[in-house]
Amino acid sequence: MMQREGSAPFRNTVILIVGLFLFWELAYLVVGEVALRSPLETVRFLGKLMQTDIFWLHLADSLKAFSVALAIAIALGLLIGFGLGLHRLSGDAMEPMLVALYSIPKITLYPIILLTFGLGISAKIAFGAIHGIIPVALFTLSAVRTIKPILIKTGRVLKLSPTVMVRAILFPAAVPEIFTGIRVGFSLTLIGTVLGEMFAAQHGLGYLLMNAISLYNVDLIMAMTFLLVVFAATVNALLLAIDRRLHHG
Amino acid sequence: MNKVRLYQFAVIAGFILLLEALCLAGVIDKITMTPPHIIVRDFVRMILAGRYFGEIGKSLANVLLAFASAYVVGVVTGTILHGYKTARDILDPLFATYYAIPVFAFYPLFIVIFGLGDGPQVLIGFLLAVVAVIVTTLNGLDRVPLVLKKSARVNGLSPLQTALRITLPYCAPSLLTAAKLALAYAFIGVIGSEFIMARSGMGYEISYAYTNFDNATMYPLILLILLLSIAANSLLSHWEAVLLARRGQK
Amino acid sequence: MSAAQVTLRGVTKIFPAAAGGEPVRALGPIDIEIRRGEFFAVVGPSGCGKSTLLELIAGLTAPTQGEIEFEGRPIKENVPDGVGVVFQEDACFTWLNVRENVEFGLRQKNIGPEEKARRATAVIDMMGLRDFARSYPAQLSGGMRQRVCIARTIVAEPRLILLDEPFGALDQQTRLLMGDEMLRLWRETGATIFLITHALDEAAMLADRIVVMSARPGKAIDLVETGWPRDRDSRIVERESFGAITSRLWKTLREESMKTMGRASSGA
Repeated sequence: MMQREGSAPFRNTVILIVGLFLFWELAYLVVGEVALRSPLETVRFLGKLMQTDIFWLHLADSLKAFSVALAIAIALGLLIGFGLGLHRLSGDAMEPMLVALYSIPKITLYPIILLTFGLGISAKIAFGAIHGIIPVALFTLSAVRTIKPILIKTGRVLKLSPTVMVRAILFPAAVPEIFTGIRVGFSLTLIGTVLGEMFAAQHGLGYLLMNAISLYNVDLIMAMTFLLVVFAATVNALLLAIDRRLHHG
Repeated sequence: MNKVRLYQFAVIAGFILLLEALCLAGVIDKITMTPPHIIVRDFVRMILAGRYFGEIGKSLANVLLAFASAYVVGVVTGTILHGYKTARDILDPLFATYYAIPVFAFYPLFIVIFGLGDGPQVLIGFLLAVVAVIVTTLNGLDRVPLVLKKSARVNGLSPLQTALRITLPYCAPSLLTAAKLALAYAFIGVIGSEFIMARSGMGYEISYAYTNFDNATMYPLILLILLLSIAANSLLSHWEAVLLARRGQK
Repeated sequence: MSAAQVTLRGVTKIFPAAAGGEPVRALGPIDIEIRRGEFFAVVGPSGCGKSTLLELIAGLTAPTQGEIEFEGRPIKENVPDGVGVVFQEDACFTWLNVRENVEFGLRQKNIGPEEKARRATAVIDMMGLRDFARSYPAQLSGGMRQRVCIARTIVAEPRLILLDEPFGALDQQTRLLMGDEMLRLWRETGATIFLITHALDEAAMLADRIVVMSARPGKAIDLVETGWPRDRDSRIVERESFGAITSRLWKTLREESMKTMGRASSGA
């Protein structure tokens, strides 16, 4: 994503956010109480919700599943990415296959995961992990493969041992792109975990969201959607900022 | 063909054989998964009997609808935005964070607003796809070298002629990339929504088969979705690679 | 005459065949002697094996035939102590600032952090990078980045410095200025300099002795002694003998270059 040096990026973001809220308010005025709530009502409801115990229970469940899924996605993704990146033939062969896997609707695999892991938190973790593992692997693979050969030559001229070469040259050279992979993996793992909870779970924020539908609780639907969107957007914006700094350092 | 193809073939074949072995040995039990050769048999039966064609057709129709609308709206929006730097700068953070947001979270909201028909699914598919198209179009237009546009002016081409005869052909690979992404996202959006909560379509049928322990139906359908998405993606990727290679040789 | 620091005797380099091709004789047989403390240049048409020659001396690759010795000890595929290399491509570590890049050159040395910092500062000053010590390579121009690479190489006080067309990516004016810098460096460090360049005027201006290589497989076909005083700079171009030297270089080189033009050539 090309970042253009806007005259006042902060001001622009503020305008964007204000614009989105205005759009929301407008939609509410048009559609009405039957299906929407205004921004203000939603925030108020969310505030009340956050004072209940049951909300925090579900949140904790989601967070637990998400963090484990993320840890797995990052660990396995890095492993696969490094392995494929360092071995030329494997990388050449597996990369297109990983890209193909990336494009399939992973929710299709969810019944298989449920059958394998049962209905508990492991299924959610597995589902979240399979969303995040591929981007981490692909970006790591690319990062390792596109390390400038001149840097490796430099390491050899400086008589660095293989371990030092990896630690002092290969790894730092690859970090910016690896981090991009982790950033994308983070977002996708989050989406995967929430999606898993929406499809078949008894706990978690995704479950709360789907439950709200059966109860036709519009307040709850809006509050949960809002919370999920804001959380995902904020964390991603933070990670993006770090990503950009890493690429200019 | 060569070492790479051999490797890929070996990986896929090895994986399938491994599954087959684990299933037959009972390590993977019948309830979790049927052996691959039985899945293929059920798949062929399903296709020949023409079962679920209605459902499949319906899902695909929705996917195409989401795809087409996202593509047209995306390309037009991207083209317009390209000319208005301020608007683009304002929307830039939205595009940058868009794919981090669980768009599926809006599905319940759409059901509430639009009811339980096909609308919410197509809308989710559309929303997932449209931003990818906009961003790809913008990036493609960015890459048109200024020197080409200057040449057009020098040769007296009107803005419309420039757009049609220079900019558009130059951006063809990007437009193809945009189509590839739009199709993939539309697919994910529509089918995914069918899984979560729908009354018809492929996703629904898989979900139903799952609840009824009907592996003979579920696995063939899953296989069908996998094959369709991989086939569509591979075709478009191949076309994209051909276009890019041609440029590289110029 | 100073003692020989590097000797190549009957050195040949043959690269194994790529898929569906023939083995490539990139270089040789070639005999060269580089004297301690001199400024030695190599010129030749593209593809003649100049870079391969440099890699052989640096110990980055082994000769197929023949022997190479550095300070009396044979080099096979090991980088000898006391040799530094500056490449044509930008080899700056983008994640380190200038000072950290330079200090990296001392990594394998067994000296304490204060001593490292002192030496790095000295070299940074020598290369005119003092105001940029905290900048990152991405913020610097091509010429400055190349200076950083040179600084990183000389901070280890190598006795032999190999330069593979280090100024190739720079514009003409910067190249000439860098040439003056190299001469100054050469005098201040007392190291032997081995320079590969395709620019005849650069070789003629900087070097004590110049070897002209033939088209691939590269062999030494001429050896020119410039006889310049040690205390020289780019104004040496005003001397009459400068013109004579460049003419001689071109006369030999022109034929070889035309041979190369006729063939499909791959990089040097």
